[in-house]
Amino acid sequence: MFAGFMINAWVTATIVAVVAGVVGYFVVLRGEAFPAHAIPKGAFAGAAGAALLGISTLIGLAVFSLLGALAIGTLGRRGRNDVVTALTLVMMLALGAAFLSRTTQYEPEIYSLLFGEILGVSASQILPITVLAAVCLAAVAAFYRPLTLTSVVPEIAEARGIRGRRVEIAFLIVLALATTMTVPVTGALLIFSLMIGPPAAARSLTSRPGLAMILSVAIALVTVWAAIAASYLYNWPVGFFVGALAALSYGTGRAWAAWRRTRARALSGRDSQLIAQATGRAG
Amino acid sequence: MHQLSTAVFGPGFFTSPQVHVAASIGAIVAVVSAVTGVFTVMRGQSFAGHALGDVSAAGGSGALLLGLTPLPGFVGAGIAGAGVMDMIGVQRLRGRDLATGIVLGAAIGLSALFLYLGATSGSATGATQQILFGSIFTIPPGTVAAVAILGALALACIGAVARPLLLATLSPDIAAARGAPVRLVGLLFMLALAVSVALSALAIGAILSTALLIGPAAAALRVTTTVPRALVTACLTGVAATWLGILLSYDSYYWGAGHQALPVSFFIVAIIFVTYLATGLPGARAARRRAPATTAAAAADQDGIAA
Repeated sequence: MFAGFMINAWVTATIVAVVAGVVGYFVVLRGEAFPAHAIPKGAFAGAAGAALLGISTLIGLAVFSLLGALAIGTLGRRGRNDVVTALTLVMMLALGAAFLSRTTQYEPEIYSLLFGEILGVSASQILPITVLAAVCLAAVAAFYRPLTLTSVVPEIAEARGIRGRRVEIAFLIVLALATTMTVPVTGALLIFSLMIGPPAAARSLTSRPGLAMILSVAIALVTVWAAIAASYLYNWPVGFFVGALAALSYGTGRAWAAWRRTRARALSGRDSQLIAQATGRAG
Repeated sequence: MHQLSTAVFGPGFFTSPQVHVAASIGAIVAVVSAVTGVFTVMRGQSFAGHALGDVSAAGGSGALLLGLTPLPGFVGAGIAGAGVMDMIGVQRLRGRDLATGIVLGAAIGLSALFLYLGATSGSATGATQQILFGSIFTIPPGTVAAVAILGALALACIGAVARPLLLATLSPDIAAARGAPVRLVGLLFMLALAVSVALSALAIGAILSTALLIGPAAAALRVTTTVPRALVTACLTGVAATWLGILLSYDSYYWGAGHQALPVSFFIVAIIFVTYLATGLPGARAARRRAPATTAAAAADQDGIAA
């Protein structure tokens, strides 16, 4: 599975996992799972339109994901707004449906845009994907502090003069960029699984931000690699394994957190018993 | 007059049996979605509503794989999905959207698998498009009865829990203090939501069912002052958008020389989107400032959380 034609897939998947792990950390922190789902899905419509016009699908993805990000950011009031996200999403999808009806594209095209086609990534796409990834990561690094502040303590951030709306729009744009580079690999419908499952698991394991981000990337890498390997071996779609493994990592994270809580309660129960014994009082 | 009427309504529009079926199913689906949608928007569960659409899609593609029609798959998967979401705890605010997202991701993964298996086994051609975007003009007439019954069941379920549901939505603490079965009511609502979404998935596709669910309801909540008025307005808006969409799609077949119609779902969603934007215009929003019921909904709408 490491033959020449698979190298592209491995390289791209690694880049995708790193970006998904980092950006996904903030998606989970900010509770923005819906936009993380909506923007890639809407971008699919752009890719369909681009294919119709004979342009690179990457450009179609970029344009529509940015449009989606801006629509959600500006139409929504005070940060996230589920209704606007939902309607923006379906409007872009409806456009995609209209585009698709105009073409005689074969089904596999739609399928691979939606669910990803790991073997479809050509060597020529690796450079733009890497550049976009670098831009995403640089952007996150650049406004890491305002981003974290507005995510965790929005009122304090406002008091310090950080405009929550601007940070929100900027973050959505980063999400749009991340989308553009990842859709060819995992497909429009599943990239967000990578942005939710691994980071959520990471946050269940630790509350320290730096460590959580590293864990998030690590879990995302494992998820994507395992998905590609499994897809190669069993011929089932990569997306299926991504969705399943993301759910697995999320579930494991929650189980771990629940186990730690029970253990902490048991321990504190034992501690209070010991203290009671030591002080001679009934436990 | 006759000239005008043929210009607006394409030839054979009123006599076409497919149009009759489409209009009937469309109207039922629009009403059920609108009523469910008003509560969905008020509870801030738009993501769950959308997610159930994709979960339905997984069921639909699974059903096709087994050689069944999509509808039982839509409904079955929707109910299962709603149950799982409730179990993981989508009713509690913290981490709610994560739980929804994970269920959604897993369901999409299953969709990918089923559609792939279907394509390679050579059975369901055009399956992807049908499941995801609907095929309202090709629904067999016998389905209308099933849709009507399921729609009535969903509405009855919501009607039964409407009062405790409203209380739990607007004032969860008071509801709990009064001993209202908040958890159970929430679950029943989710089940009704699942059925509603499954029905509209049949009509305009799993992906676009969200539009009929959220759009008319959100628009209505922005311009009306009480919940009953919002319900009526949402229904009227939904049915109007659906029928207009069917008409435009039918007509679009005759536009230009291509003889290729634009999909119904596209028109319906576009109309709904524009309507929602229109309710954001200054004049339309004046009515919102007055009533407590929809003010709480507006606050929920703004923050994206249940009031």
